[in-house]
This record gives sequence, structure tokens and C-alpha cells, in this order.
Amino acid sequence: MSSLRWTISDTGVLALRQLRRIPRQPDLLIGYTIQPVMFVLLFRYVFGGAIQTPGFDNYADFLMPGIIVQSIAFGGFVTALAISDDMKKGLIDRFRSLPMSRIAVLSGRAFADLALNALQLAVLIAVGLLVGFSFATDILRVLLGIVLLLGLGFAFSWVFCLIGLSAGSAETSNAIGFTVIFPLTFASGAFVPPSTMPDGLRQFAEANPFTTLVDATRHLFLGAPANSDVWVSVLWIVGITVVAAFLSLRRYRSLTG
Amino acid sequence: MSSEPAIEAHGLRRSFGDVHALRGVDLVAPTGSVLGVLGPNGAGKTTAVRILTTLLQPDAGTARVAGLDVTKDAQELRSRIGLAGQYAAVDEYLTGRENLAMVGRLYHLSPSQSRTRADELLAEFDLVDAGGRVASTYSGGMRRRLDLAAALVVRPPVLFLDEPTTGLDPRSRNALWETIEERVSEGTTVLLTTQYLDEADRLADRIAVIDHGEVIAEGTSDDLKARVGGSRLEVALEDPTQAEAARAALGPLAEAGADVGVDGSRLSVPLRSDAGGVVAAVRRLDDAGVAVSDVTVRRPTLDDAFLTLTGRPAEDATDDAEVPA
Ligand SMILES: Nc1ncnc2c1ncn2[C@@H]1O[C@H](COP(=O)(O)OP(=O)(O)O)[C@@H](O)[C@H]1O
Ligand SMILES: [Mg+2]
Repeated sequence: MSSLRWTISDTGVLALRQLRRIPRQPDLLIGYTIQPVMFVLLFRYVFGGAIQTPGFDNYADFLMPGIIVQSIAFGGFVTALAISDDMKKGLIDRFRSLPMSRIAVLSGRAFADLALNALQLAVLIAVGLLVGFSFATDILRVLLGIVLLLGLGFAFSWVFCLIGLSAGSAETSNAIGFTVIFPLTFASGAFVPPSTMPDGLRQFAEANPFTTLVDATRHLFLGAPANSDVWVSVLWIVGITVVAAFLSLRRYRSLTG
Repeated sequence: MSSEPAIEAHGLRRSFGDVHALRGVDLVAPTGSVLGVLGPNGAGKTTAVRILTTLLQPDAGTARVAGLDVTKDAQELRSRIGLAGQYAAVDEYLTGRENLAMVGRLYHLSPSQSRTRADELLAEFDLVDAGGRVASTYSGGMRRRLDLAAALVVRPPVLFLDEPTTGLDPRSRNALWETIEERVSEGTTVLLTTQYLDEADRLADRIAVIDHGEVIAEGTSDDLKARVGGSRLEVALEDPTQAEAARAALGPLAEAGADVGVDGSRLSVPLRSDAGGVVAAVRRLDDAGVAVSDVTVRRPTLDDAFLTLTGRPAEDATDDAEVPA
């Protein structure tokens, strides 16, 4: 059988491994769903009243694309923890000693994450609709928005694969996730318009790819002006996926333990 | 690959930064034999196993396993080896059966072959009742058995076991030893690392003692024991004043050039191998009218060998050993 077929088969076996684990790790499922919902409630009701978002009907409309992009991007974070854990427990050594495809351990994770991201997206959209968010475009653009978000989640799974493989322990993965990637999502136009930020931070937020992604989602869900945001987002997603997948695979091949 | 050894390594070197984990290691295991790699924590055992199982590239040296080069033919070799690493590498969130079936699929067995093989192995490793439970509920011994079963999914001709019994209670240890012995009787070549002298003594045909990344002795367990000298005769006297008489009586039994040691009422004699042992000693002491309360022959253990070879007892070396679950 061709090696491509084995790569697909091995990826499926390992994606299934991840999906089987989900119902057996309720804490993980809670992290995926309850936590983003708490964020929605916090921003919508606690901070929302004080945040001005000119051009949007209400703060819920402005907020939801931001929270969704943040949750989807950050959702792959458990991948970093799980890969660090697999390394520590010797499972990665076992996989690397088997005659299986090299990339499958990582691609299996990325595809399993895709399923989790879809679940997370469904929960967030449902909660968003309950707190006052409403789509203001056609079904085609909403679907395009959903594809874009799932692509974002897929891209970030590879980023987190790389972090997990490089960190060596779940604690280090945790530290990298919360000190680098999490703040990056806040220094963007996800929760407040960058125009309200002080100089320096404002320019950073405007250039931040998260802002581009959030604006693209706002365009596809709400019809907000977008310029080139959608296409630039697609480029970001493809670029991040290619670079992170390449680096992860290289790292995986040369792991020393 | 008729007469080629199943495992053959020459001059393996590997450093991590300025830590020289291996400094030129040679290992040979003929097909069907068990090679024990004995050494304290940090000696380089895991590094050697990881090179031989294609997980790590050596900085220098060559190794062939099952007739294949570990670096050039790595992918092909992976389908002919089984590895049970230092830590029981099982997915805690999968059941025993799911773990084994997953490994079968990754060895590229069909889904139904994988399931059949998983059930066979569960039966063989006494895990049938636990097969449907997630592995996080398993005891340490059960995890090790599941891990070993996973290494045997395709009945590989060469099996690598890195400290397979570390952290196990004596009963689980014995059970695992028996399982390993069954594999060996079926013709599997095994490389086994261990910090335990009795484990190497029991399982291995030949032992390579490794310390600080070098093989410091190689041979059968008897060879190694011989390097510390032969058996010693230990005699306890009823009356210490008869010590001189006893020394004279036992002198002819001692190895050439060796002295009879006297310490109060106790004597210690390095026995010549043809001296006749306890029987000869008792007869000679009786003839000389020396009354004894105890006569024993103490055979050297691998512990003694280790002390002689490394200059420190094996227990000191293992003091800082981690004990995984
Ligand atoms: N991946 C690694 N990075 C850095 N040092 C390592 C690595 N693996 C092993 N070492 C070091 O190499 C030496 C030998 O380790 P190892 O082969 O694990 O010994 P053993 O298995 O006999 O306990 C130790 O000093 C260890 O700290
Ligand atoms: Mg080790």
C-alpha cells in the first residue's frame, strides 16, 4: 500500500485515539465549553457596558467574533499539554519506534482538534445568540466564516504541537501558552476597538494578525467593512499551518527525549 | 542473516551537550539469546536502547539489529522490533484492549487482525478482566504487563526491555520474569537493561556491565563472578584459641598465594576450585581436633562483582534511582 494511504490511516487511528479520550476527561470538555462561555458572560455583562463600539448595533455583536477567534485559537492549547504529557510518559517514544507514518502523531491531533473546535464553535454561537448577537449577512458568508475559523483552529493546533514538542513538560507548555499566546489575543481588536488604545499598543493591535482574523470574522458574520482582511486571514492561516507543521515535523523527527 | 547476531553494536558514542552518555559501546547478542545490560542510574542504558530502537542517532559508531542498520534501514527495522521503554508507555485514557488494538493498527495490521491480536495478548498477559477498563485504573504491575504486551503485538524477533521491572513489587517482578522467559523460550532475542544484579543473573545469557557510558565488563554471569575470585569458605570456631590450628589445617585448601584470614573466632578461606569444598574442610578440621560451630561456602554474587569492577557497591549507585509507577 502506498505511504500516503498509510499516513491517512495512521492519522485516523491517532485522531480516533484523541476523540475516544474526550468523554473520559470531563475536565477537558469543561475547559473547551464552560470557560469560553464564562468569558462571554464576563465581557458582555461586566465590562460590556463601559466599552464603546461605534459602528456596531451592540457590544454582543462586536464581542462574539473576538471571543470566538480567541477560543478557537487557544483551544488547541490542550494539544500542547497532551503532547508534552505523551513525551513524558514515553508514548511518543513508543510511536516513534513503530513502523508508522512520522507525521501521524501530529496530524492525528490536528484533525481531532478540528472536531473539538467545531463543538466549541457550536456552543459559542449558541451562547452568543442568547446574549444578543445576531448574524447580519447571508448563509454563504456565515459558512465561509465558520470554515475560516476552523482553519484557524487547525493552524493553531500545529503551533501548539510545536510548543508541546519543544517544551518537554506540561508546565512549560502552560507557561508558554499563557505568557505568549494568550496576551497576544488581548492586545488585538478582539474585545475593544484598537482606536481606544494608547499609542504603541494601538499600532501593535492594528498589526496583530488576531485583529485581522477578528475583523474578517466580523465582516463575514456581520457585514462590517473588511478591506483585505478575509484574504489576508487566509494567507495567515495557510502560512501558520505550513510553517508550524514543517517545524513540528522536523522537531518530532529529531527528538532526543 | 543466518549467522549474523540479532544485535550488534560497535563503538556507539552519543553526547548530550557536554554529558557523554555513551563513550564507545560495543554490544553483541546472538540470535535467540538474552543480553543483559547492567548498570547504575545514568550509566547510559536508555541511551543505548534508544539508539538500537531507531529513536536516537548515534554521534559515532554503527549498529545492526535483525540484520538491518539502525540508521540507514530505520523504517524497515521498526516493524521487526518491540520496545518496552523505561516508563510503561500506555495511554491512560484508553482501555487495555484499545491500547493494544491501536498499536496493532500502527504496526499496520488490519482492524480485525488488531482486535484479534489484542484479545490474544490480553489472555496471555492475564488482563482479560481488566481489558475493558481504562489503563489509569491499572496497578503498576498491570501497566507493565500491558506495556510488554504492546511490544509483542507483531511477535517481533528482537525485543528491547528498558528496566522492565523497576518499581514493581517482588510478586509482579517474578510474574514479569516468567513472561519474559516464555518469550525467550520461543526464540525471541532480548536485550534487557537493569539496575538489578539478580535480574541480570536470572534472565541474561550474557551480561554487559556499563558504567559512565562504557562497557567495563562483559561475559556470562559466572565469568563476572569469577573476576571477583571463587567461592570463600567461612568457618566459625567454638574456641578462638584453636585459630592457629584451624589456619594450619585449612591452608592446603586455599588458592595458590592466598592467605587464610583470621578474625577472632572466624576464618575466611579463598577456596581452590578443586579443594573439595565443605566436606574436605570439615574432615581436615576434625582430624586436627578443631571444634567448629559453623562452616559455610559463600559464592560470590553479582553485587561483589559490581563492587570489584566499579569500586563502589551497586546499592550506592542505585540510591538516586527514580521509581516510576
Ligand atoms: N535527552 C537527554 N538530554 C540530556 N542529557 C541526557 C538525555 N538523555 C540522557 N541524558 C544523560 O545521559 C546520561 C545517561 O543517561 P541514560 O542513558 O538515561 O542512563 P540510564 O538509562 O543508564 O539511567 C545521563 O547523565 C543523562 O542525564
Ligand atoms: Mg534509563
